[in-house]
Formats: sequence, C-alpha cells, structure tokens
Amino acid sequence: MTATTTEQVMTINMGPQHPSTHGVLRLLLELDGETVVKATPDIGYLHRGIEKLAEHKTYHQFIPLTDRLDYLAPMSNNMGYALAVEKLLDIEVPKRSQYIRVIMCELTRISSHLLWLATHALDIGAMTVFFYCFRERETLNDLFEMVAGARMNLSYIRIGGVARDLPGGFIEKTRDFVNAFMGRLKDYETLLTKNKIWLMRTKGVGVVSAEDAINYGLSGPCIRGSGVKWDVRKSEPYSSYDEMDFIVPVGENGDVYDRYLVRLEEMRQSNEIVRQAMDDIPDGEYIADIPDVALPKKEDLKQSMESLIHHFKVVTGGICPPVGEVYACVEAPKGELGYYIVSDGTKNPYRIKIRPPSFVNLEVLEKMVVGSLLADVVAVIGSLDIVLGEIDR
Amino acid sequence: MTEDITIGKKLKAKFPEAVIDGKTFRGELTINIHKDFIQKAAGFLYEDNETAFDYLSDLCGVDLSRLDGSNNFEVVYHLYSMKLNHRVRLKVKIPASNPSIDTVTNVWKTADWHEREAYDMFGIIFNGHPNLQRILTPEGFKGHPLRKDYPLKGRQPETLRGIYREGKQ
Repeated sequence: MTATTTEQVMTINMGPQHPSTHGVLRLLLELDGETVVKATPDIGYLHRGIEKLAEHKTYHQFIPLTDRLDYLAPMSNNMGYALAVEKLLDIEVPKRSQYIRVIMCELTRISSHLLWLATHALDIGAMTVFFYCFRERETLNDLFEMVAGARMNLSYIRIGGVARDLPGGFIEKTRDFVNAFMGRLKDYETLLTKNKIWLMRTKGVGVVSAEDAINYGLSGPCIRGSGVKWDVRKSEPYSSYDEMDFIVPVGENGDVYDRYLVRLEEMRQSNEIVRQAMDDIPDGEYIADIPDVALPKKEDLKQSMESLIHHFKVVTGGICPPVGEVYACVEAPKGELGYYIVSDGTKNPYRIKIRPPSFVNLEVLEKMVVGSLLADVVAVIGSLDIVLGEIDR
Repeated sequence: MTEDITIGKKLKAKFPEAVIDGKTFRGELTINIHKDFIQKAAGFLYEDNETAFDYLSDLCGVDLSRLDGSNNFEVVYHLYSMKLNHRVRLKVKIPASNPSIDTVTNVWKTADWHEREAYDMFGIIFNGHPNLQRILTPEGFKGHPLRKDYPLKGRQPETLRGIYREGKQ
C-alpha cells in the first residue's frame, strides 16, 4: 500500500521502552490513519560487542558470554558454540553427554516457547495464558537449577561434554514434568486455538510466502509457518538427533496463526524427544576424556593430581585448536543459530561470528506489517519471537 | 565429497577467472572467489539446478591483518541449499585501503542487514546496497569496532555526547 496523501502521514516512535517490543527494539512507524506505510526497525540498544570480546577470551571463557545472546535459551547457545569448537578440534563427544545435551536443549526449547506464548498472548490481550505459562516455566527453571546451579545463565554445556552429570532425582522430576505437560498444552489450546478473538487477531496477519521466507533467510518456526519443511535437527543432525523420533510441523499460510500452531506442536514434539532421550540415555562419561582440551571431571579433582594439573592448564593456558575455520549450526528455539569460528592456532579465537536467528527474522518485519493496522504490528512482533540479546550481540 | 568437488568445478567451468582456489577442511568446502565476480558467482550458484543455493545463512567480514599480515579484509558468505541440503563457504579478499565489493542483496534479500553489519563493524562498502547505514552502533559512532586496530577498551571521543546534546536543543 502506498500513501497517496503524504500530508497525512504521521511518524510515531514505538520503543525502545515499550512492553510489546520484547526488549529494546525501536520501530519508526509511518502511519496513514491507522495503516502502516513504513516500518523501520532501529536496533543496537543492547550491543555489547560480544564478538569483539570473544577475540580477547580463551575458548572456554567465551561460554558464559553465549548465555547472554538469547538469554531465554542459554542451552542452545552453549550447544552451538560447543559444537563449533568441537568441530574445529575434531573431537567426538561421549554418547551420554550427547543425550544430556538433547534433553537440555529440548527443555530449553519448551521454556523459550512458553515465554513466547505467554508474552505473545498477553500482547494480544489474553492474560490467563501468561500465568499458566509462567507456572510451567517455574518448574523448568527448577530443573535447570538442579543441573546447572543457575536459573537463567546456565553455562552448562562445555567443550567436549557437559559440566557435570545429571544429579540424582533429576530424571524423576523431569518425567513428572513431561507427563503433566501434555495436559497443560491442551489447556493453552482450549484457551486460544479456537478462541474467536484470537483467530481474528492472528489469521491472515503478517503473511509471508514460502519463497520470500527463504529469500529473506527466515529460519525456525517462522519459516516453517510458511510451509517450508526445514529443521536443522533433521537436515543436518547433530548430537544424536538422528536417533530421536519426531516430526517437523509446518504451517500453510505463513501468518501469525500458523506460526502459533507450529510452535505449539513443536513444544509437543520437544516433550516427546525429552521422553525418548530419558528412556534411552546410555551410561558412560558425561565429558570426553581428552586432557589437553576438555576440562577434567570435577569429582576427580580432589583425588587425582593429574586431573588437577590438566584443569589448571586448561583454565589458565586455554586450548589451542589447529589453524582453520568452521561453521556449525544448531536449531535453536528461534531458528538456525550458527557460529563461524576462525582460528589462528592461538588460545584466543581469531574471529567469532554469530549468526543469530532473531536478527535475520526481524529483517522481514517491514514486509510483514506494511499495509496492515498499527495493532497488528504488535501481533507480528510477537509471532516473530525475537530476543534483542542475540540481535544486538 | 564428490558433490563438493562438482560445486567448485561447475563454478570454475562457468567463470574460469573467478575461482582462485578451493579447499575442504572438516568436511566444509571453501571457495576463494575473485572480488569482481562475486555477484556473478552468487547469481550462478543461486540459479543453477545442481548447486541451487537458495539460502544465505550468513555473511560477515574478517580482518586478516593479524592472521597473515596482509592488510586485507575478507568477506565470507555461508550458503545453504534447501533443495539439495548442502553448504558452501565463499570467501572474497578485498584490500583494507579500498574495502569495497558488490552487494548480493539482488540475489538474497537477507543480505541487506548482514551487509549493513559488515559495513558497521569493518567499514566494508557494498556497492549497490539499497540502504548502507550503521546498524548496531549508534548514530555518530566513530570507527569500525571489529577491525583489529580498534582497541578493546576506551571511550568514544566526545562526539556522541555532542550529537545527543544537539538533538536536545
């Protein structure tokens, strides 16, 4: 839609302090009445220079910084980075830790999608869902606290494995959650899926076609909502995902409603993956036994002098991967999260480029909202599920 | 592996001067492209049925000055094909004294913000880009932070404060 009467076009500023922009996103909206003529996202308010910092840290020291990218899904960020470094070092991770990683990443996906559903519904006016979702997230945070000791910035996944083994009682507690969660999902669906207000606010809003979705580089639920069946877990399986049995849900119309359906189904599939991984988790080591690269097991430090020496050397000296470059990507809750690492053979990475899914997904916002109403902008931003931490890095 | 070789060979057959060399490291194919041919090579890899790189995963800059002491920048393209499920990395060297290269936004629209970021962080000029402005750093920011000669610590000169003051008056 083009503005024929330019005199009437009004520019308004949405954000960076606005509850519906999910962080510090600023939108410059040009409106003709209530119709959006132009929308220019202004990002960078949360730019902390993480890629620059990476060049001055050792490979292990960078792990806590990855938590602060997409702070709603810290495990997936750790995972992508660990995979990239492991690819660079060409090392194999023990089977047990691969399964632990799968459990953690899928729980993170559920947690991230729950927060998305809560805030998205709240933006559009359905408040009850918000309270329900946060109740479930509380359980998940308790589970994360059990394994990692923290509730938000977990830093649990290490190069070569994970920080420690699953604590006693974790599997039982997770099983309780997994068993109860299917019923909870039904509750959310009863509240929203056939709710007339929800349908009117989301159907046919923020449509993007499959061709555009690919050309604009969308990934994750955003591209699958447009009917493109692409999931990194299926197309380039990592960390034993090829042993899990799950389906990749896709939408048809590429609107806000389809992206909602895709994410709900994804939570269901993630729940099933967690169940399978818990059933089949093998015994064994939780971190690879490669003394000059991976940190030794914590419990060995008090018993074994060699472990203490290796720990000291890895922590103080860092690790020196061979000269080269790798790109590794994972299916984070928001889409394809990639790490491009260039190594010059020293203990500091020469360059780390993070390919954040939200950054690319946000790019399509203008295309989605031009010609629609101001109130739809809120619905579209919610359906993209952006996190400014990883957009601005 | 055989598939990897065909990508390089096909590109070389089409544009003999474009391909400088290629290598495989950890199962990833990297092709070095001559600066003048990036748009043509990108278009060809996008169009051709046997390569079909319809998805640009990532685009970024790298400052090579401390890696090989060459005073060059590098623009790195990570391509992915949804149809054929394969990846390739294209690399283009450009001199740091005149860091400019043709845009690929005409092939993949997603390149828009990636190129703006590379401009912001390295000062690489993408010829033909529709809106080449800073994206992550604030208005009036001096320098390009990911260049190796940009210090890790320090403050911007008073410019930013001045700009905000001007805005207030």
